[in-house]
Amino acid sequence: MRNKFTTLHSTVVPLPIENIDTDQIIPARFLKATTREGFGENLFRDWRYDKDGTPKEDFVMNSPLYRGQILVAGKNFGCGSSREHAAWAIDGAGFRAVVSSHFADIFRNNALNNGLLPVVVSEQMLSAIFRAVEADPKAELLIDLPAQTIELVGSDFKESFEIAPYKKECLMNGYDDVDFLVSIRSEIEAFEQK
Amino acid sequence: MNTLFDKIWDAHTVRVIDGGSCVLYIDRQYIHEVTSPQAFAGLRQRGIEVFRPQQVTASPDHNIPTKNQHLPIAEPQSAEQVATLVSNCQQNNITIFPIGERRNGIIHVIGPQTGLTQPGMTIVCGDSHTSTHGALGCVAFGIGTSEVEMALASQCILQSKPKSMRINIEGELGKGVCSKDIILYIISKLGTGGGTGHFVEFAGSAIRTLSMEARMTICNMSIEMGARGGMIAPDQTTFDYLKGREFAPQGDEWDKAVERWSKLRSDDDAVFDKEVTFDAADIKPMITYGTNPGMGIAVDEHIPTSEGMDSASKTTFSKALDYMGFAEGEKMAGKPIDYVFVGSCTNGRIEDLRAFTYFVKGKQKAEGVTAWIVPGSKEVERMAIEEGLRDILHEAGFELREPGCSACLAMNEDKIPAGKYCVATSNRNFEGRQGPASRTLLAGPLVAAAAAITGVVTDPRELM
Repeated sequence: MRNKFTTLHSTVVPLPIENIDTDQIIPARFLKATTREGFGENLFRDWRYDKDGTPKEDFVMNSPLYRGQILVAGKNFGCGSSREHAAWAIDGAGFRAVVSSHFADIFRNNALNNGLLPVVVSEQMLSAIFRAVEADPKAELLIDLPAQTIELVGSDFKESFEIAPYKKECLMNGYDDVDFLVSIRSEIEAFEQK
Repeated sequence: MNTLFDKIWDAHTVRVIDGGSCVLYIDRQYIHEVTSPQAFAGLRQRGIEVFRPQQVTASPDHNIPTKNQHLPIAEPQSAEQVATLVSNCQQNNITIFPIGERRNGIIHVIGPQTGLTQPGMTIVCGDSHTSTHGALGCVAFGIGTSEVEMALASQCILQSKPKSMRINIEGELGKGVCSKDIILYIISKLGTGGGTGHFVEFAGSAIRTLSMEARMTICNMSIEMGARGGMIAPDQTTFDYLKGREFAPQGDEWDKAVERWSKLRSDDDAVFDKEVTFDAADIKPMITYGTNPGMGIAVDEHIPTSEGMDSASKTTFSKALDYMGFAEGEKMAGKPIDYVFVGSCTNGRIEDLRAFTYFVKGKQKAEGVTAWIVPGSKEVERMAIEEGLRDILHEAGFELREPGCSACLAMNEDKIPAGKYCVATSNRNFEGRQGPASRTLLAGPLVAAAAAITGVVTDPRELM
């Protein structure tokens, strides 16, 4: 059973870079663990820290100005490797949602399977969020999963977003696909006989 | 009026649940050491067993050293991951080809090579390059570890059906142009997100003339344009490739299978959600200059400029060039390189090794260039030795290593040092992909060979 997701009201961490691949989210050398825990500290490792582990001052996650449970990134976020460790790292670092104008398919599935909500917004809204956060790091987003809306608080920017009804139900109730699939094993066996 | 993709997908759909999520039946699942341990741990926690262990095959590949494979793995975490895979397979009666075994290798090389991958199948693996198997006319795609667990638990995954896309390459390929150049060209035109949400069928006269292994290189990189997977309709080339392989159907079963597989094609009136056509004659030997596989140009061209880009794209473009140490508008040819890596699930098959080896035959590796020639599997290594490729490579100053994923993602010791340039036949040039702060130039085996001989980025056609 995972955490249930309904609404999220939070400041954001902006990363206005396009095509952020999962190798940047979590480099391959950190994939050697056999558990799901502990990836958060290496999220964006090579952007976040120097070779000797010193935090890089110019990276957004190291700035005291930017905190929050929502990561906002440029288009085509999560492209490249299928490593679910990327979703585990983002989740492990305390984020509950990622907002972009375009997500890579595998990352989107991995996020949903870990209770991390990927929210697709229009290019206009994405730029508006980046502008708002640049002007005021305290700018907030309100994500309402039951209503499927996202709002830049205190602005006219409010959009609805898509999510498969089944996945929405899973997120809102903390359900898990494996339980569901195991529960229909007899139907799968019947399918195999065809 | 169905596409090949529709036919295979629909035939494997057990049930469509609310709003379009499909319960998709998986014929074959491949696993490796990096993305499976948490899935097995999940099953143990739930107290459930692997549902169809005979449909799962494992091979350690990502972490393994490419020298002295007869010795224990020195790096403790890598050793533990590989040992965990072995014990998970033993406990669950899953076939594994362990390190050093004749069938061991990169999972996407050995699937087709052993005949486990067959036309019409659905195939998944916790690895984005699972799209490789689509070259044999399968619906094959990469999944995350939660989905690995789903497939182990039920032989099914839950998945929305992607849209369909067809990419046609028509006409004749020019001299010195290989299948890697075709796919790098396509990605440079469509971008790294150009295929997102789609499953791609590659078609057209230029694709038809390609060998099976060349087709695998193309399908392998369909993920690099964001596509869910790539596939090519099976034909005589496919059947000739598969015939007689260890796990391919034999005797009467073979004839029946070929009859069935021959029907696997998109209907003439099939409509794709997206369709693009390129002229084969426009494709030249390619190389990348940036930090994603879409940042590619012909090896005789100049790096583009940021003129006309919007500000978000401009920021991303400058960040990439800064990382690479290149400037806008510069010529790629003549740029010095430090390393050459030939291998990976993209270009680590015997035809790739042959292309590289016959190019360097009688020449000498440039001084100061370090080259790693890594076969994609134990079988590729065996063939390379038997055919005399290893000896030719040796005479030209190159060394043939042992199989594995190696410097494609540098999880083992094969890391490109910070700041160094590597011409790599692998699939990703992301920042730090081949080691922290390494700089990757993606290319095919001929461009890699030309660079290895001259020590600078070189158009292979000049040396042919």
